[in-house]
Amino acid sequence: MHELSLCQAILETVGQRATGRPVRRVDVRIGYLRQVVPDSLQFSWEMLTQGTELEGCALAIEHVPAVVCCRECGAETTLSWPVLACSECESHNVELVSGDELQLASFDLVGGDR
Amino acid sequence: MGRFHRHADGTEHEHDDHEHEHDHRDVGDHSGYVETGPSRVAVLESILSENDRVAERNRADLDRNGVWAVNLMSSPGAGKTTLLKRTLVALGEKCRVGVLEGDIATSLDADQLSGLGAAISLVNTSAGFGGECHLDAVMVRSGLSRLPLDAIDLLLIENVGNLVCPAEFDVGAHARAMVYAVTEGEEKPLKYPVMFRSVDVVLVNKVDLLPHLDFDLDRFFTHLQDVNPDVRVIEVSAQTGQGVDEWCAWLGAAGR
Repeated sequence: MHELSLCQAILETVGQRATGRPVRRVDVRIGYLRQVVPDSLQFSWEMLTQGTELEGCALAIEHVPAVVCCRECGAETTLSWPVLACSECESHNVELVSGDELQLASFDLVGGDR
Repeated sequence: MGRFHRHADGTEHEHDDHEHEHDHRDVGDHSGYVETGPSRVAVLESILSENDRVAERNRADLDRNGVWAVNLMSSPGAGKTTLLKRTLVALGEKCRVGVLEGDIATSLDADQLSGLGAAISLVNTSAGFGGECHLDAVMVRSGLSRLPLDAIDLLLIENVGNLVCPAEFDVGAHARAMVYAVTEGEEKPLKYPVMFRSVDVVLVNKVDLLPHLDFDLDRFFTHLQDVNPDVRVIEVSAQTGQGVDEWCAWLGAAGR
């Protein structure tokens, strides 16, 4: 439900930093532990960019898996549900390595090589 | 929506931009940010960084005035407003309280809290289509401007009833609390882990109803521990007043 606000924030930052240069693609990284619905983010993006200078600009969403590292046994676990626990020794004494991201990674300008 | 279009403090914002451009002038990118390739501009910032900057300003204003603030969240109907009423009565003269009341529309909740000695600021979030589902730092900033911060010790921010979105937005409070009602089911921590993981304390409300419910409190606690092992739990009943003293003691201890 807050995907619209997230898109608004992305647009604001990209708008400021592109300083008028046309943008063709925006890359964001969203962690598994964030409750962001990708389809909803895409839908919001299309709605908010329509009729603006960013119309047609792609929003590329990278999903970052949630990974924890166990402080007891050192094993790394990729979580399949939101319980922060080690799959090897079942300890809850784990450190979150990734999965918490809500990041605007980069944007691509029109006319570049990529 | 459109919250990030408004800048609570235009002057400071301009200053930030200027500083940034100046610092990075030697990089050669006229936007002031590092180019990693011929066309790609790296940002590598939280999507909510603008919100977070405003949240820091809110916190600084609160600190300057000696105000300690709690962001109180829950699903709709969990009992935030009733518990707040109890809290205001229990705190009485012990400390000067302000309430920032976030609601999609209407002043119904704010009206319920008036006359209990607290300064109240209402923030309706319905500026966009249908109403924003959470408070963000800019909305709270506007609410703060209508409160006498120098005459308040404790600020209770009642967020919009919603178990998803409010958890994502730092509003500038010092702590986060949530009200969870035992009528909501034991699995909620697993279904809404962002919220349950984000809070310092969970007020387990409506415990007076437990004898009438098929609700396994231990099972709920297990799920809660699974997503937030360090969280403090206080069992309360906003209806009977059970646990309200413990909650007020937590507020007092955490705020000092």
